[in-house]
Amino acid sequence: MSTPVLEMSGISKTFGAVRALSDVDFHVNEGEVVALLGDNGAGKSTLVKVISGAHPADSGGTITWDGKPVNISAPADAQRLGIATIYQDLALCDNLDIVGNLFLGNEKLHFPGTLDEVEMESRAMELLDSLSVRIPSLRVPVASLSGGQRQIIAIARSLLGQPRVVMLDEPTAALGVAQTAQVLDLIERLRDQGLGVLLISHNMADVRAVADRAVVLRLGRNAGNFPIADTSYEEIVAAITGAADNPVSRRSERTGTSALSTEDK
Amino acid sequence: MTQQTPVSKPPAQGGAHPAGPRRDPRLLATAASPRGWLEALKRNVRGGELGPLPVILGLVLIAVVFQIANDRFLSPQNLSNLTVQIAAIGLMTTGVIMVLLLGEIDLSIGSVAGLSAAVLAVMAVKQGVSEWAAIGVALGIGLLVGLLHGFVFAKLGVPAFVVTLAGLLGWQGLHLYLMGADGTINTSPNGAIAMLTQTFFVPFMGWTIAGLTLGLYVLSVALVERRRRLAGLPYKPSAEIAFRAVLLAVPVLGGVWVLNQYKGVSLAFLIFVGFVVVLDLVLRKTRYGRMVYAVGGNSEAARRAGINVDLIRISVFGIASTLAALGGVLLTSRNFAASVSTGGGEELMMAIAAAVIGGTSLFGGRGNAYSALLGGLVLGAIASGLLLLQMSTSVRFMITAAVLLIAVILDAASRRGRKTHARGGA
Repeated sequence: MSTPVLEMSGISKTFGAVRALSDVDFHVNEGEVVALLGDNGAGKSTLVKVISGAHPADSGGTITWDGKPVNISAPADAQRLGIATIYQDLALCDNLDIVGNLFLGNEKLHFPGTLDEVEMESRAMELLDSLSVRIPSLRVPVASLSGGQRQIIAIARSLLGQPRVVMLDEPTAALGVAQTAQVLDLIERLRDQGLGVLLISHNMADVRAVADRAVVLRLGRNAGNFPIADTSYEEIVAAITGAADNPVSRRSERTGTSALSTEDK
Repeated sequence: MTQQTPVSKPPAQGGAHPAGPRRDPRLLATAASPRGWLEALKRNVRGGELGPLPVILGLVLIAVVFQIANDRFLSPQNLSNLTVQIAAIGLMTTGVIMVLLLGEIDLSIGSVAGLSAAVLAVMAVKQGVSEWAAIGVALGIGLLVGLLHGFVFAKLGVPAFVVTLAGLLGWQGLHLYLMGADGTINTSPNGAIAMLTQTFFVPFMGWTIAGLTLGLYVLSVALVERRRRLAGLPYKPSAEIAFRAVLLAVPVLGGVWVLNQYKGVSLAFLIFVGFVVVLDLVLRKTRYGRMVYAVGGNSEAARRAGINVDLIRISVFGIASTLAALGGVLLTSRNFAASVSTGGGEELMMAIAAAVIGGTSLFGGRGNAYSALLGGLVLGAIASGLLLLQMSTSVRFMITAAVLLIAVILDAASRRGRKTHARGGA
């Protein structure tokens, strides 16, 4: 296998007396969707913040980018490497239109200080076309968009920086069925364009739909690294909860069916 | 492979895009005819996108009512006086709009205008400084006051309401202190200060300024739409540009014509309109303006996008107070005097009311510089009309209150319209 884009090993992070992460290993390849799973408090968010530079890791671990050791100690470091993070609150300005939001803080200018709206709108259109996103007008305020469209705009905005790894924090948490499908389609398109995608989700159906690999954290430690295609739902749940004896498998034994039997082997 | 943004096909020869504008089929097309525009207008009104329509209708209504009550209302002399009267508070309104766009409020502008008037009069009359220098000092003090407000608000985290409430009291106190024992300081009736509101342009100048403005507008719009067409974006056809130009030309040329019947276009009004136009261009066309709207819409999103939110806030308060100080200079100019009551009366209330009547939201992120002109005209017309009818201030306040309330109710109703028509509330 080729060198992963981002590889981390022996990552630890302590907050006061709490060890949120201890000796965690993690990597993501180009063109791969990795789901990061774990119960509440397992350390998912901490790991994301370590990667995004919001909370630098404790010394001791190593982070390599394209095989070269790097140091991520601030959000700007992560951005410079090519890591884009889309947080749950999408950080869009409702009163600005789509073009305005896509280029916020990164506006294309004519001569000093004046906006080049034509250039920005063309670029926005190309970007959204490349993602097969169809939105009738790019000049409507973002407030008028649906939840799924807003999520897509937030993701599209992160792509303007030409990232190589995209982290999505619960991208489908607040979305309906159709909108979730739109966002999952978009995630697949990002993978097909060769980006590494890190997907944090509680929704096992989403994970099984798009992820190639699931990394499970439990109480701040690695609790498994499963190729999604040949891992059952129960195995992943067992890794998340830390026991074969967990509410989900107890229920499936009792009822005689798989708890979520849709496509498990 | 790294992610790449695909490059669109190069435009075909002759500049036309091969597939025509890349227009989404779901987007309702607007026919390039008066009928098509009327349809689009109806759609917008139903969707809650009223734009300046209610204010313009209100202005027409006010004009008709007062003209019936007193036929001198629409006389060139009265309209000319009106344009000079609204300039000072109009400039204060322009500053208030900047602050409202951030979703904040500035209660101190009246006091800052008063302070500026006092500084101006003391410098020019008592200290004998040249009048231009005194104007510069007054504006500079306005800027410093605004930066101080902005600093305390942005860096120390004190709510803008409280900071500027303290400013309202404190600067009025300083104003009274500077005026000392004199209740009033008269300024020279023929110096630079008086010139600001006593200058009227000869008809030829008025026509030239109006013509140049309209020409620049048409040229810039036509150039932008041409670039949009060449880039394959939706664009306005030439007929629509011409229609818009006519819509703009009617009030501009009509106004110049009426004012030329009396003394001509006044410098004070030109200063006011000039600031409105410049501020509008800054807000809509520059990176700075985009940042102001972003901070007003969602300051956290703006911060994460790398915008220096504190700097934007401090600068906006600086601009607002500078414009308030300029308002104070014009108040002094028009009265030939600064008094202890300059800026301490209705100026603050009228400036904020004008911004809201003009259509600027109190909740930030929505509104434009033209609200100052439209709102100022509405309040000025009411004041002027009631003065002609020899009504007292009490009636004017009550009528102004009703107009303000109607404006806010219309805004709330249109916000509901925008929500149900999926055009975003707030």
